[in-house]
Amino acid sequence: MKYVDEFRSGERAVRLAAAIHREADAGRTYRLMEFCGGHTHAIFRFGLQDLVPVNVEFVHGPGCPVCVLPMGRIDNAIDLARNHDVILCTYGDLMRVPGSHRMSLLKAKAAGADIRMVYSTRDALAIARAHRRRQVVFFAIGFETTAPPTAVAIRQARAEGLSNFSVFCNHVLTPPALAYILRENARASRPAGIDGVLGPSHVSTIIGSGAYEPCAEAFSMPVVIAGFEPLDVMQSALMLIRQINAGRHAVENEYTRVVTREGNRKAQALMAEVFETRPAFEWRGLGKLPDSALAIAGSYADVDAERRFALPATAGSEVKGCLCPSILRGEDKPADCRLFGTVCTPENPMGACMVSSEGACAAYWSYGRFRQPATAA
Amino acid sequence: MCLALPARVVALDRDAELATVEMDGVKKEVSLALIDDVAVGDYLLIHVGYALQRLSEQEAMRTLALFDELEASRTMDTDSA
Repeated sequence: MKYVDEFRSGERAVRLAAAIHREADAGRTYRLMEFCGGHTHAIFRFGLQDLVPVNVEFVHGPGCPVCVLPMGRIDNAIDLARNHDVILCTYGDLMRVPGSHRMSLLKAKAAGADIRMVYSTRDALAIARAHRRRQVVFFAIGFETTAPPTAVAIRQARAEGLSNFSVFCNHVLTPPALAYILRENARASRPAGIDGVLGPSHVSTIIGSGAYEPCAEAFSMPVVIAGFEPLDVMQSALMLIRQINAGRHAVENEYTRVVTREGNRKAQALMAEVFETRPAFEWRGLGKLPDSALAIAGSYADVDAERRFALPATAGSEVKGCLCPSILRGEDKPADCRLFGTVCTPENPMGACMVSSEGACAAYWSYGRFRQPATAA
Repeated sequence: MCLALPARVVALDRDAELATVEMDGVKKEVSLALIDDVAVGDYLLIHVGYALQRLSEQEAMRTLALFDELEASRTMDTDSA
């Protein structure tokens, strides 16, 4: 058991596809929102849309932390690196995200700012240890999957007395975003609704599948926690179709090999110790969502870069014509955007959805642009 | 950003809460700060240098068995047709 190859077997995919064709009712449509960018990429990379009937449609969700980060926060990070003489450590995903005026961390680095790409918060701590006289800031971003490693680093910095280390915290929470999407979805004015949700994979290893039960209940929405491998996505789609056919709306777990109902209690306890919930946080495309993000708790205020450097709340200036916001809401597809594939490409991105390896536009560009009639013409 | 990969534990340093994991011949040191009771030979889900969870072989087998049951039910459909 390698836990990867087994879940990419073409033979099994054919069987699953046959089952989906057999069980999906040809007289209706099934609009299934995959919350995570990881699912979007599996769907495109492995051509899953072509394996399911035309009336089963995958709708792409906002589950890409880089994509939903408002531009003002990128501007804050660029400002930190350029004007506060810090070493800014960041995950590679953020380097090319456009801030205001087409600036990015990569361009700031090229212009001389000390910005370092790290793989792990452990690397950021190592940089802080090696440069005791410099301020080292970790630009923290990500959902509940990525927040516990930040929490560990914050505790570690305190334990070691690494007073030159701080964290610019941008961690966001998935259940409030899903609740927002489903609340909007329930409005009668929406043309095409969502019939089921493929729930987060690795976020759920931390917070547990139980975290989505209130959403499923409140919006009568079937949810299946789905792994990121192609067979996981197909099996989960089948489980959703079965729920929809039966008129059920439960949270089911397809990804039982790592996800439990209660999640990782140790990681949850660490997060509760180090972070507190922000009353509201801006998500690109979704607006200000209550209780949807984490800030560093008062007891760790000395590690909070926002306080240490008095970072202002700034609103970035979005690129005109960029459809990132409505793509993140699942209302538009990348091919609907006039910038897609013309002026906006992964080499020269206008919007975050084209930058992140999890963004819907990047997925369409990498794997799907030749199957889009609109771009083929 | 939420991508995480399964890797097998080949060595442990319990005092430092570290494990050496191997995936397709590549070895890497990861933190065990987020999980308890890891043993050599376990498969862990690795994300940004941290182990998030242990993979359950039993559950993985059960999921794969679900895919294979589909085949069985299809064969039955064909038989009854």
